[in-house]
Amino acid sequence: MAEAAGSVPRVAGGPAGWISVLIPAAIFAYLVQFVPRVGSGEVILWAYDWVPALGIRLSILLDGLSLTFALLISGIGALVTLYSTRYLGNHPEYPRFVLYLLAFMAGMLGLVLADNLIALFVFWEITTISSYLLIGFNSDEEKSRRSALQALLLTGTGGLALLAGMIMLGNVAGSFELSVILTQGDLIRAHPLYVPIVILFLAGAFTKSAQFPFHFWLPNAMAAPTPVSAYLHSATMVKAGVFLMARMNPALGSTDLWFWALVIAGGFTTVFASILAIRQTDIKQVLAYTTLMALGALTLFIGAGTADAIKAMMLFLVVHSLYKAALFLMIGIVDHETGTREAPILRGLGRKMPITFLGGALAAISMAGIPPFFGFIGKEFLYKAGLEMEVAMIWITGTIFAASVLMFAAAGIAVLRPFTGPLAETPKPPHEGPWPMWICPLILGVLSLGFGLFPDYAETWLIAPGTWAVYGDYSYEVDIYLFEEVNAAFILSLITFAVGAFVYAFHRPLRDWLGRVFAANPIKFDPGWDQVLDGLKALAHWQTRHLQSGVLQRYLFTIFATLGVLAAFTIWSREALAFQLDLAEELDGLLFKHWAVLLFITAGALLTALTSSRMTAIASLGVVGIGVALIFIMFSAPDVAITQLLVETLVVVLVAVAMLKLPHLEIREGHRDWRPWHAAVSVLVGVVSTLILIAVLQGDIDRRLTDYFEMASWPEAYGRNIVNVILVDFRALDTFGEIAVVVIAALAAYALLRGTHYARRKAPEEDEA
Amino acid sequence: MELLISIMVGVMFATGTYLMLARNVLRFIFGLILISNAANLVIFVAGRLTAESPPLIPDGADFPAEVVANALPQALVLTAIVIGFGLFAFALTLVYRGYQSMGTLMSDQMRLAEPREEDQ
Repeated sequence: MAEAAGSVPRVAGGPAGWISVLIPAAIFAYLVQFVPRVGSGEVILWAYDWVPALGIRLSILLDGLSLTFALLISGIGALVTLYSTRYLGNHPEYPRFVLYLLAFMAGMLGLVLADNLIALFVFWEITTISSYLLIGFNSDEEKSRRSALQALLLTGTGGLALLAGMIMLGNVAGSFELSVILTQGDLIRAHPLYVPIVILFLAGAFTKSAQFPFHFWLPNAMAAPTPVSAYLHSATMVKAGVFLMARMNPALGSTDLWFWALVIAGGFTTVFASILAIRQTDIKQVLAYTTLMALGALTLFIGAGTADAIKAMMLFLVVHSLYKAALFLMIGIVDHETGTREAPILRGLGRKMPITFLGGALAAISMAGIPPFFGFIGKEFLYKAGLEMEVAMIWITGTIFAASVLMFAAAGIAVLRPFTGPLAETPKPPHEGPWPMWICPLILGVLSLGFGLFPDYAETWLIAPGTWAVYGDYSYEVDIYLFEEVNAAFILSLITFAVGAFVYAFHRPLRDWLGRVFAANPIKFDPGWDQVLDGLKALAHWQTRHLQSGVLQRYLFTIFATLGVLAAFTIWSREALAFQLDLAEELDGLLFKHWAVLLFITAGALLTALTSSRMTAIASLGVVGIGVALIFIMFSAPDVAITQLLVETLVVVLVAVAMLKLPHLEIREGHRDWRPWHAAVSVLVGVVSTLILIAVLQGDIDRRLTDYFEMASWPEAYGRNIVNVILVDFRALDTFGEIAVVVIAALAAYALLRGTHYARRKAPEEDEA
Repeated sequence: MELLISIMVGVMFATGTYLMLARNVLRFIFGLILISNAANLVIFVAGRLTAESPPLIPDGADFPAEVVANALPQALVLTAIVIGFGLFAFALTLVYRGYQSMGTLMSDQMRLAEPREEDQ
């Protein structure tokens, strides 16, 4: 595949290219037809029994929230894949890239549309895995691999927490269908498991949406190709956590825990990310941190939870997806055509790349929140909702104010500065990108302007149904508009512009100063992550060294000790020792032959263990074997006794042959072969064996099978020796298996011995080599 | 008799375990033989002991006339003895072969597959 791609230059990605564009475009077109129905407040449900035995259904819940997300995913997906045909179309691994991207898209669509929690989880994990593959797409770079693994481990751990939370929630609500769960908010909130459920869900959502303190994987994830950053790590996947919180808001929301957890984590992430954004020189990193900031703001407003806050959240969600995807795609073109993304050396590109500049500028103005763009409306409603809060008004409004100021400055850093002023020297001479690339930011930028001028369309199509679904109240009147009157929010906007312009003007000294401050800060999350991983590895290493020592003795010691302790615990906890022993009855009727056999076997066993002479050991083993055969004879098992005698003879013969072949065998283990710990474990094993056997003998015996064999042996199998009939007739297959085992053992032993000859013959050749 | 055999079986298990925990793999095999004998006895005794009455059906009768020994554990033990022998024979060959290759019978010195870290 790679060779073929190298010899024949691909035109716009080849078939993989147009297929990858066609699929999301078709999905988008299909979904658009639902807009009027959902816009009128309808909730569309569709289900298919997937694993009926487990109650897992592939069911779809299409309401304002999921439709908004699905349209963003398929719409931006179509643009991103179109863009990629030129961005990566000549990459030898381009088909693989398309495969991952489409797999991600399928997962993401499934995630937002799923009505069943378990299905949602499966799709959630698909997005995690495809994100891992896409971040690590440039797999020959160590940084890519590290970032990919970091994202996978963090979001994967969060995913596991989420699964646990989902199972709890499903049990509490009595259903895994979201459409049912969302109507049972009061029941869930009153349940004792409510707190763990919220914590587990938030662990999943916060890791996925990179909320503080799990924020550090997202900027690292920018190691992915730029279309991936634009799509996964800005417009869609990182919003999966936001989606989950929004989705669960009617069921888990409106409690103090929910409010403060989201408001504090979201607000802190917002401010923290704003400051870090200004610090970056790589424009893609600036955008990455503003994405983090937006995710924080979305979390903050879900937590705030008033109808106006939810409306502002839905609005900002769409606003952000449009402008941020456009900006990422824009910086991708810049990177592609100039060879750098470093803000300090990019200047004056506007004349060389006018269309890219136009698309980027439209998006940047929206991001800066300047009227009449969609971003202005988004910011106004965030301010309005913040100012109307009864609790934490200062915190929420202040956070959003800080974020808006820095977003204004970031918009300048990302677009105004690189595209204006005198042309600067870049690694590659800058020129306009091909049309499939520049058209994408342009379309998104025009949408940012269009929705700003005509906000009613966005309201009826997306924002109103989305708000209803998240707020859980379909009677709430959603109204968005570009400008109403000069109110507090508007004045705050004006102040934002002033302060933002000031920050932009001084962003270079500010960046240097922040760089120094952060360099002095001892708490670093990214290296901290490495320390956590190193600690885990050290723990695994320590544990492996102790459990997997490679020393047979230690393995066996662990096994026997575990066996003894567990059996002893079971005997104790089941009170299996509550029996009466009648010693008089036991000793009554014991003859000399019984005593002799018992004594022989016991002495033989002890002697085998304690002797240091191999001949004594073999002879003692023989005594034990013969003794066991005698027990079989005394207690009516002649066939068994014959077999035992035969086998015992063979054992001794084999051991003797081995001794002849290995004349230097010495059983002595050194001067002291007294191993007190081993002896203790051995005694424990012996004692529990005795106790178990005694306990078994105290109970009644179930003779049903024996009775059946006794009654059926002659009439059905025409045999008078019941044991033989069982072996060759009733349980013939077992006996066949037994013969197979012996044959396999013989073959294996033969192969081992043959191997010796080969080894001998081969050895000289190896020496020569 | 059951009680005394139970105690004796405990001794067999204990000595077998102690032998299996030894460094010398030949002792390990001795322990294996002891434990397999002990296990066979456990199965046999658990089916209860009946003296001098083998599970046979007399000529002319359709089923045993009187109480006979439990045939089921006998059949199980018979199978177990043979399989135990197969295991023993294979283990002994392995020990023999291991000694030929590595020149030792000490299990902690047989480290061809997993060399000690300091040896690597």
